[in-house]
Amino acid sequence: MLKLLEYEAKEYFKKYGIPTPVGRMVESPEEARAFVESLGKPVVIKVQLPVGGRGKAGGVRFADTPEEAANVAEQLIGMTIKGLRVEKLYVEEKVNIVNEVYLGVTIDRDRKQYVVLASSEGGMDIEEVAACSPEKIVRFYVDPLIGLQSFHSNYIASKLGYRDGLMRKFASFVSKLFSLAVEMDAELTEINPLVEVEDGFLAADARLNVDNNALFRHKELETRLLESYQGELTEREMEARSQGLTYVELDGDIGIIGNGAGLTMATLDTVMLHGGKAANFLDLGGGATPERIRKAVEFVLGDTRTRALFVNILGGITRCDYTAEGIVEARRELGVSKPIVVRMMGTKEEEGKAILKDNGIESLDSMEEAAEQAVKLAGGTV
Amino acid sequence: MARFIDKDTRVVVQGITGDQGRFHTRLMKEYGTRIVAGVTPGRGGQEAEGVPVYDTVREAQENHSIDAGIIFVPAPFALDAALESIEAELDPVVVITEGIPVRDSIELVARAKQKNVTVVGPNTPGVIKAGESKMGIMPAQVFKRGHVGVISRSGTLFYEIAAHITRAGLGQSTCVGLGGDPVVGLDYIDLLRWFQEDPETKAVALIGEIGGDAEERAAQFIKEGGFTKPVAAFIAGRAAVPGKRMGHAGAIIQGSTGTAKSKMDALSNAGVSVGELPGQVAVALREML
Repeated sequence: MLKLLEYEAKEYFKKYGIPTPVGRMVESPEEARAFVESLGKPVVIKVQLPVGGRGKAGGVRFADTPEEAANVAEQLIGMTIKGLRVEKLYVEEKVNIVNEVYLGVTIDRDRKQYVVLASSEGGMDIEEVAACSPEKIVRFYVDPLIGLQSFHSNYIASKLGYRDGLMRKFASFVSKLFSLAVEMDAELTEINPLVEVEDGFLAADARLNVDNNALFRHKELETRLLESYQGELTEREMEARSQGLTYVELDGDIGIIGNGAGLTMATLDTVMLHGGKAANFLDLGGGATPERIRKAVEFVLGDTRTRALFVNILGGITRCDYTAEGIVEARRELGVSKPIVVRMMGTKEEEGKAILKDNGIESLDSMEEAAEQAVKLAGGTV
Repeated sequence: MARFIDKDTRVVVQGITGDQGRFHTRLMKEYGTRIVAGVTPGRGGQEAEGVPVYDTVREAQENHSIDAGIIFVPAPFALDAALESIEAELDPVVVITEGIPVRDSIELVARAKQKNVTVVGPNTPGVIKAGESKMGIMPAQVFKRGHVGVISRSGTLFYEIAAHITRAGLGQSTCVGLGGDPVVGLDYIDLLRWFQEDPETKAVALIGEIGGDAEERAAQFIKEGGFTKPVAAFIAGRAAVPGKRMGHAGAIIQGSTGTAKSKMDALSNAGVSVGELPGQVAVALREML
């Protein structure tokens, strides 16, 4: 999921006619000063990072004058929040808040529908509101064949207690956010808080998480994908990502490579049941080439914490001979002597096993036996 | 839901001239699947793996009687292809394609429902009737004709457990991969309903994984008596770390459900035999049958 930063999300909000306070992204105290000078109003200055909780971490500050804004920017730029260095700030006019509400659009996978969530309890964690006082949340499921029509938005606005002009204004907000969610392929878009001001509503914050699979429709965002993983992924996970590997770092000492998310997860589970701990989860996906397998094996063996490697392949679309070639090649290149346990079954199984045997690597037929063996070789408790 | 597939099901392959489409058309034919036509826009009039190719499903239908469709076209074109098969009222429509945007899947599933068409997938290994016909990419050698119905969200784990079932001397009736995407055409419950009525199925293996609450809802369905044949289950992801996404897609607004434990507990409470290891599913099934 591509998580856009507030200032990027607000660019899209503006395109969809969603009212936001006047603001600008800045990268230096000078830019902050110049913007506040031209604005001529007090501002709020917010760090732009792909992690939550920036307010509590001191990443949201206020300034009344251009000088103050420059000072605050000076302090904020370069500070570290949750391991991330602040480089960008969003400077925005301070608004007079009458009330704070929540509005979001996401996808309910079980109902196979978009759902609009709205709550009069804005500014808080919506999950918390959902858990503690579910009656304060309006959930509206959208029929995919009808879409969200104006009367639906009116219903949601009315349910939140808005009347007259405010009802119409809030309903229009809902309609616009929904259009944005669908057209931008958002898995989640939310405004928290959405602030009620004297004469209407403004999106004081903006979140827009775009479906990775839909980036072919949003070419301008393709390059943003890797960047967006910052803060969410560890250094090794970032490195794996850039090599195109689906990798999750864990805290054990047995390297795991599997094909398919379900089988790879089950491999981790099996290792755990035999008293071992996985150092990682690496899913090769379907149809890996020898080159891709070599890269994966090198990556996992290159982890200093890894004391043994367990490769578990069930070849449908993935070929066992390619797997064997990749493993042998990786070991040759790295020259490491860490133990490798291979379990393979399926397409080109005999060929794969023969290649491994020629290179002195044993392969097992049973995933459970192989897991036991891997735990033993890593010095576990079996 | 009508019948799934059997040896008489006549199939059209959309995306038959691509690498995957071609390769799996060959394997499906070898298995016994009746592939009567292929579709790739711009390739009408050609042949692929001995199958005549048309530009559109409509033209294929003008020349052949077709029951079901399987889709291998790349993700950006998959919605179009699926709507083509849905409009033609092919049943089932099996969508192998991985990486389809969720927005497209929502539309695809809603249209299929409107037309009363069964969609398997997207991002599914497909469906197989052991010993008769397969519409999918699963390795044929792990299946053997028998009486266990298999339902799985995952692909390779599905093959793993099917292989155990075969080795245990049981074999399978019909096996269906639901698909690993957040939005797919079929739920466990749809299939449990189908297996309940299927005379060839005497027991079911239910293979799940962390995320969402489809397994919990299946458990509730079983508990309420919606499915009365024996069920054995395996849930992948016990070793998963909260917040780290390892499965196919993350869950939103699901509250506290979605962990391996909540699924295993729910299924156990419904009287399902839940294995700690994939191989235990087959052991449990053998005891139950």
